[in-house]
Amino acid sequence: MTDMTAHDMPEQPPRSQWWDVWDQFKTHKGALMGGGFLIFITLAVVVGPWIWTLDPQKLDIRAKDIRPIYTALWDAGAKVDWGHPLGTDNLGRDTLAKLMAGGKVSMSVGWVAMLLSVVLGTTIGVAAGYFKRLDGVLMRLTDLFLALPLLPLLLVFMLLFRDVLRSAFGPETGIFILIVIAIGITSWMQTARIVRGDILALKEREFVLAARSIGTSPAKMITRHLLPNVMSPIMVSATLGLANAIITESALSFLGLGFPSDFPTWGKLLFDATDRMELYPERVIWPGIAISFTVLSVNYLGDGLRDALDPRIRGR
Amino acid sequence: MLNFTIRRLVISIPTLIIISLVIFLLLEMAPGDPMAQVPLTVPPDVKQKMREALGLGEPIPIRYWKWLVQFFWIEPLNLIDYMFGTGLAEGKLRVISWQTRSPVMEIVAQRIPQTLWVVGMSYVIGTLIALPIGIISAYRQYSWFDQIGTFVSMVGFSVPTFFTGVLLIVIFSVNLGWFPSIYDTTLVVDSWQSFVQQIRQMIMPVSVLALYNAAQISRFMRASMLDNLNQDYVRTARAKGLTERTVVLVHVLRNSMIPVVTVIALGVPQVFGGAIITEQVFKVNGLGQLLITAIQANDLPMVQTLTFIFAVLIVVFNLIADILYGILDPRIRYD
Repeated sequence: MTDMTAHDMPEQPPRSQWWDVWDQFKTHKGALMGGGFLIFITLAVVVGPWIWTLDPQKLDIRAKDIRPIYTALWDAGAKVDWGHPLGTDNLGRDTLAKLMAGGKVSMSVGWVAMLLSVVLGTTIGVAAGYFKRLDGVLMRLTDLFLALPLLPLLLVFMLLFRDVLRSAFGPETGIFILIVIAIGITSWMQTARIVRGDILALKEREFVLAARSIGTSPAKMITRHLLPNVMSPIMVSATLGLANAIITESALSFLGLGFPSDFPTWGKLLFDATDRMELYPERVIWPGIAISFTVLSVNYLGDGLRDALDPRIRGR
Repeated sequence: MLNFTIRRLVISIPTLIIISLVIFLLLEMAPGDPMAQVPLTVPPDVKQKMREALGLGEPIPIRYWKWLVQFFWIEPLNLIDYMFGTGLAEGKLRVISWQTRSPVMEIVAQRIPQTLWVVGMSYVIGTLIALPIGIISAYRQYSWFDQIGTFVSMVGFSVPTFFTGVLLIVIFSVNLGWFPSIYDTTLVVDSWQSFVQQIRQMIMPVSVLALYNAAQISRFMRASMLDNLNQDYVRTARAKGLTERTVVLVHVLRNSMIPVVTVIALGVPQVFGGAIITEQVFKVNGLGQLLITAIQANDLPMVQTLTFIFAVLIVVFNLIADILYGILDPRIRYD
């Protein structure tokens, strides 16, 4: 045994790799801003309704068609009210409250659908990469899914199962389940391909051989040795999946096949407002900005994560 | 190369068959009934006969087979008849829309030009913009041009087309009044004035889609150029005294175009799908709008055929991308 003298000891406690990742991540300004905005918008839709307590569904016909306050800057005669800083719609519902309520639905659809697609993609990717017998079948399945016309099929899904699920779980939960599942099962393919590729490469490494030689079971092998090593591509594809899920949900709502009008999401708010956008452009612009900024920030976050999690780039 | 092409062709046939089966079975579950609008005074046995006349009484495998025959045999025959004036498909039953009771393919043929004009034009323009931007961005990495280019492509890639479309309408039709917000498909281009009118109504939908496509393609172009710019053969080319122009535009560009060309080919069917939204925003009555109205009207044969057309497009362009890759990169052929 070697004697550990003072100067042999490392001066600092060892850093975990996540500190290195964070250091690299900090240098990417876009990713920092993206992450910051994502936290802000999440807080706004989760905590916001407690601060801005107006009920988004409350009809107030006397206060209908109020313009946002900033319109008073160029149009002194505009109907504005500090009680409704972003204005109201044609039934007097407060735009800010509706934006927060819609954002809550949009964000939760995004998160749940992304989780579903990542779990599905990772499971299929790991199974295909690790078990040779499953590889052919699962990869043909992935290719098949990649060859499906996704947006038309999503629309068809909505047509087919909307009424069934609505009657089974109620109008809101039913549509939520339907949209989340539909988005989840049509967006796992990229994750599965990336994970399979990485698992195939990892399987040839010595530490896997060592683990197998001491009799590690396949389940332990996957959870302890393989999954932690494919975390970074999974995280990157998770951010892309979140952006994709938010856009798909708003596109479906925009096409009139998503959530019903009394249960608004950002896409639905935008769609409902397009009929009167000549008079009230702000009702289109605010939900659109919310979707665009959220997706943009998630994409920047993904870019930063990709750089930060790649050890080849991290050193530079 | 021929061998490679044939192998790829053969692989795509089972894919198409399985996809058609998936689409067929999925729509089998649909709750809609084409007899829903028939008056209640019509006796049930007459209704049953009407249903059978629409081909609904028979078991699933037979109907699936008939649909396949209609799609892959009778419809092409009709196309030949139309083009050469022959009578090959006379008297044969075609896929009939429940909405209009006329052949689905005739309606599709009416709608294709609008979609092709808007979507095709935007894809060509998007690609033509994206390639130089990608090349310059990669060549001058981290310059102000690259910074702006990557930012704009990130924005174009993130902002959904339904928002860019609506925003353009608010700015250019409502506030400035430069362009019409609705695409008028009845416009006949026969004079200079109507040509200008056509250009004006195409500018907004085309630029919305072009921005989206250009954003994606320029990202790929930039990444692919960056991969190649640091390779040894580039140093060799510079060392033997070739001009910078030759090095970048001949040596590097030709190699970086290999993945980009396949991405461009793979993007074509996605553009058709994505155009569904843009067509809805600008009220272009193309294929996407046809699909939406068919879904809302529960017109299953139409939905089935359109979805399958989109699937065929994807498989065909996958095939084209594979073959292009094989032509451009000899290493792929011998795999």
